[in-house]
Amino acid sequence: MKIKDIAKVLNAEILTDFSSEGTDIQYGFASDLMSDVLAYANSESLLVTGLNNAQVIRTAEMMDMDTVLFVRGKKPCKEVLELARENSVTVLATEYTMFKTCGMLVLSGMRGIESDE
Amino acid sequence: MNEGFLKRYSFNIAANDFMSAGKGSSSIKNILKSMGIDATVIRKIAIVSYEAEMNIVIHSLGGELHCDLYDNKIIILSEDAGPGIEDLNLALTEGYSTAPESIRELGFGAGMGLPNMMKYSDDFKITTGRDGTVIKITFLM
Repeated sequence: MKIKDIAKVLNAEILTDFSSEGTDIQYGFASDLMSDVLAYANSESLLVTGLNNAQVIRTAEMMDMDTVLFVRGKKPCKEVLELARENSVTVLATEYTMFKTCGMLVLSGMRGIESDE
Repeated sequence: MNEGFLKRYSFNIAANDFMSAGKGSSSIKNILKSMGIDATVIRKIAIVSYEAEMNIVIHSLGGELHCDLYDNKIIILSEDAGPGIEDLNLALTEGYSTAPESIRELGFGAGMGLPNMMKYSDDFKITTGRDGTVIKITFLM
């Protein structure tokens, strides 16, 4: 899925200002536990989380994940967004809950990483 | 013992500084990237050094993270100033954590730190005592 399609489906705001037009994401991984992201996610997946701090961006950076989607209306602070820009991590935010967000992404064709591999 | 040693990069890691936590690992990742090392290997090293760095921030009184480059391996060395791990066998068990609720709210303290380090490395050694914990994680090149 392209970033702009993800944003459209979830009525999400894109909070970073650099171009992410080339990004096409097939998989999603949703967690509020960053250690689980480090243990189980892969670099091709969208990180969906309700956790809202610098460690989310650091985790994405270490995993080479280039897109983070905050759910439940969480908006990261200026410092977190700055860290995202520094690491070229695209940040989106939606008002929907984690469960609804994941459901809508799956209905739009996104896949979970474990069940499909 | 130091056969093939090329260079050491060191980073001071402060206890409880959650805004800066990850900077050391980020620097290590960028250094390895600039050396042209395979992206999959870099990711493994980045994950392990980040878990080690978070452990220093969360559980210790502060410490240092080193990245030692050898001609055939890379070693991540984590050294902290204590207070040590009370029950090492439990700490090595997936899901066991002594982190307080405030740390869990930050997305850590799930008891996956040390198991993750073992999972992604070629060799994992840990010693712990009141004066500190030393973790040596080796990646063969």
